[in-house]
Amino acid sequence: MGATSSTSRGISKEPGALQRIPHDLAVAVDPEEIEAHDRKWTPLKIVIWGVISLLGGLSWVMLAVVRGETVNAIWFVFAAICTYLIGYRFYSNYIEKHLLKPDDRRATPAEYKADGKDFAATDRRVLFGHHFAAIAGAGPLVGPILAAQMGFLPGTIWIIVGVVFAGAVQDYLVLYFSMRRGGRSLGQMARDELGLIGGTAALIATLVIMVIIVAILALVVTNALAESPWGVFSVGMTIPIALFMGCYLRYFRPGKITEISIIGFVLLLAAIIGGGAVAGTEWGTALFTLDKVTIAWAIIIYGFIAAILPVWLLLAPRDYLSTFMKIGTIGMLAVAIIIIRPEITAPAVSEFATNGAGPVVSGNLFPFLFVTIACGALSGFHALIASGTTPKLIQKERQTRFIGYGGMLMESFVAIMALVAALSIDRGLYFAMNSPAALTGGTIEGAVAFVNGLGMTGVNVNIDLLAQTAKDVGEASIVSRTGGAPTLAVGLAHIMQQLVGGPAMMSFWYHFAIMFEALFILTAVDAGTRVARFMMQDSLGNFFPKFKNTSWRPGAWAATAIMVAAWGAVLLMGVTDPLGGINTLFPLFGIANQLLAAIALAVAMAIIARRGLFKYIWVVALPLGFASVITIYASFLKIFSTVPGIGYFAQNRAFAAALADGQTSFGTAPSVVAMEAVVRNTMVQGVLSIVFVVLTIVVIITTIQATIHAYRTHSNATNEDDAVQSQLFAPAGLMMTPSEKVIQAQWDAVPAAKRPKRTGH
Amino acid sequence: MPTSVGIGTRLRLGLRAGTRRVVWWTRALMGEDAYEKYVEHHASCEPDPAHPIMTEREFWRDQTDRQDKNPQSRCC
Repeated sequence: MGATSSTSRGISKEPGALQRIPHDLAVAVDPEEIEAHDRKWTPLKIVIWGVISLLGGLSWVMLAVVRGETVNAIWFVFAAICTYLIGYRFYSNYIEKHLLKPDDRRATPAEYKADGKDFAATDRRVLFGHHFAAIAGAGPLVGPILAAQMGFLPGTIWIIVGVVFAGAVQDYLVLYFSMRRGGRSLGQMARDELGLIGGTAALIATLVIMVIIVAILALVVTNALAESPWGVFSVGMTIPIALFMGCYLRYFRPGKITEISIIGFVLLLAAIIGGGAVAGTEWGTALFTLDKVTIAWAIIIYGFIAAILPVWLLLAPRDYLSTFMKIGTIGMLAVAIIIIRPEITAPAVSEFATNGAGPVVSGNLFPFLFVTIACGALSGFHALIASGTTPKLIQKERQTRFIGYGGMLMESFVAIMALVAALSIDRGLYFAMNSPAALTGGTIEGAVAFVNGLGMTGVNVNIDLLAQTAKDVGEASIVSRTGGAPTLAVGLAHIMQQLVGGPAMMSFWYHFAIMFEALFILTAVDAGTRVARFMMQDSLGNFFPKFKNTSWRPGAWAATAIMVAAWGAVLLMGVTDPLGGINTLFPLFGIANQLLAAIALAVAMAIIARRGLFKYIWVVALPLGFASVITIYASFLKIFSTVPGIGYFAQNRAFAAALADGQTSFGTAPSVVAMEAVVRNTMVQGVLSIVFVVLTIVVIITTIQATIHAYRTHSNATNEDDAVQSQLFAPAGLMMTPSEKVIQAQWDAVPAAKRPKRTGH
Repeated sequence: MPTSVGIGTRLRLGLRAGTRRVVWWTRALMGEDAYEKYVEHHASCEPDPAHPIMTEREFWRDQTDRQDKNPQSRCC
């Protein structure tokens, strides 16, 4: 199905029937004027783009070629911003002009399906913030930090170049195609374009990937809160704060969202400060010092309850807080990095890039750098957002470039800042924090011995530094705080204290950063469980129709329990893993995310092929090819590698053989129980790798089939909704062009009551 | 710009306009203007007796109830 059956129903109305000036007012800029504006190179424009190119080029030279003792963080910022500007101005413009050809005479779903609620035209600047808040979470903050073990250069290049040619392209294409299809989801588009087999594979992959992603995000929080009474208290306090906010909005002052968010934010700060006081008392330490397993169970129970409670009580208010914190903190960090300009002492490329023996995540640069850094360069999960709320809110077709492509560039910038923050701390401290307890023994002495024993040039960590840093940030120990969040928190605290408060404020900033990450990870856990529950119910409904009714309580609870059990099991596996946890599971997270990207790009390629746009298909074939090679290669290594540190099954065989030999300890596993756990964990991880790679191969094969079919039949088909005449005008980018200013002035001159009526219902 | 307006006044006006924009953007970003947008949409449509306009309180309840039925993912 798909390939031929739907050809007839979706052919859009003759574009000629659409008018640029339907009444007295223009709804779109004259395409010739756009073309002329793009082509006209005024002296000022030449100077501006000349400066941007030169500054960008110079920054790259400073990063990649000049080899001093240190490199200043400002070059990262300039290299990133200049490359983004050039990529946005030229590459995304090329994609718009040749591949997507948006038409502002056509109404968007927000206009022709307008209901004032789910479909509501939203100002582009507001929607940009919305979309950014929905796509940027803990991912871009964690991956770059783990990848920093390979040196600063590989991660920087992948984040910046990857986003221009892969990540932002994916987000832009998916957003555009979903918008042209009334806001259809990625799963529905996969079914329309790839048929039943490809569509089903994409759906199952999405569900499994969601489980893995939620589990690993939860693992990051668990690692950040374990043995930290301060963190447990302040993050725990977000629950009563959110409940209070929810009730305030429900019963006391409905709709006063900014007001309650500010109140919530003040309470949050109080919780952070109070956490320090509580952790300083004897009862506080006794009550809130929890080990990893306890915290993992707490998050599992919390996850279940949060996902069955009504949205207004917990999810919605915490979402407001999380948006508030996210935009505020990221803005603050950007300003701080530009003012403080920390010196980076890490090497450009470290020995772990080539020998694959890095303690943080194992494996060589190729392919493991590209799966360790997913969010920030290319993130498949965004395809779910770009085919979710955003396409239903977009005002005009041409705005998809600013929101889709531009929004992802912003996330990439967040990843660069996280990388800078992680690199700005002492290199020895970085490895002491990020090497698993299995290697450091979890003690300061063990960490010093391990890190200095790695034999890295210029790295010499001592007991005093580790003890002093722990004391500065108000933690009992910072050894083996894996998962990236604590490292980012130390980096952020290190930078922020130079700007505000001095060393005395280190502990506040550290816990502020932990809170900031925990907030949106918990929101992602809760929201992910809910979405997965609906997908589960939908699938179960095919066999037991009663499950389709989502308001049937027992069904909802059962489906929630299944999903929580699934990610909870992976979380517990990571928490108790004798080999470490993050280092064994994080590659699965990256692979899963990149596989979803491959699926999203595959759907996009099938759409482009069916439109017959073969001349420009390389725009999507390039990132799709790269993502496929990376993820399939990484999966194969995880499945077939004979190196126990890399291959799950190799590790499995090594431990099984040791058990069969009657050994009572092996590698980093000190007991038979631990050895059995490794055998079990590696089997689960290996099987998951197989599932992922098989599903992706199915999707890619069906895409290639669909593409070849389209080529042979000279297809010019589409599953787009019919074209509807637009009746409103809005500028496309952040700034108005001269032609847009003229049209906007004409609209502003007409009283609101006299403007054309909407076409919605 | 007339010369009679001092630089202080201009600065103050600019500052006020800037603050207004920040407030507008923050409110809209948090979704606080959702009810206003709903009312505006409702007014621009033909009256429909089957769907009378919701009060503010009803609207916000309806909004979270719709989120209950149609959850949206947050990214990693």
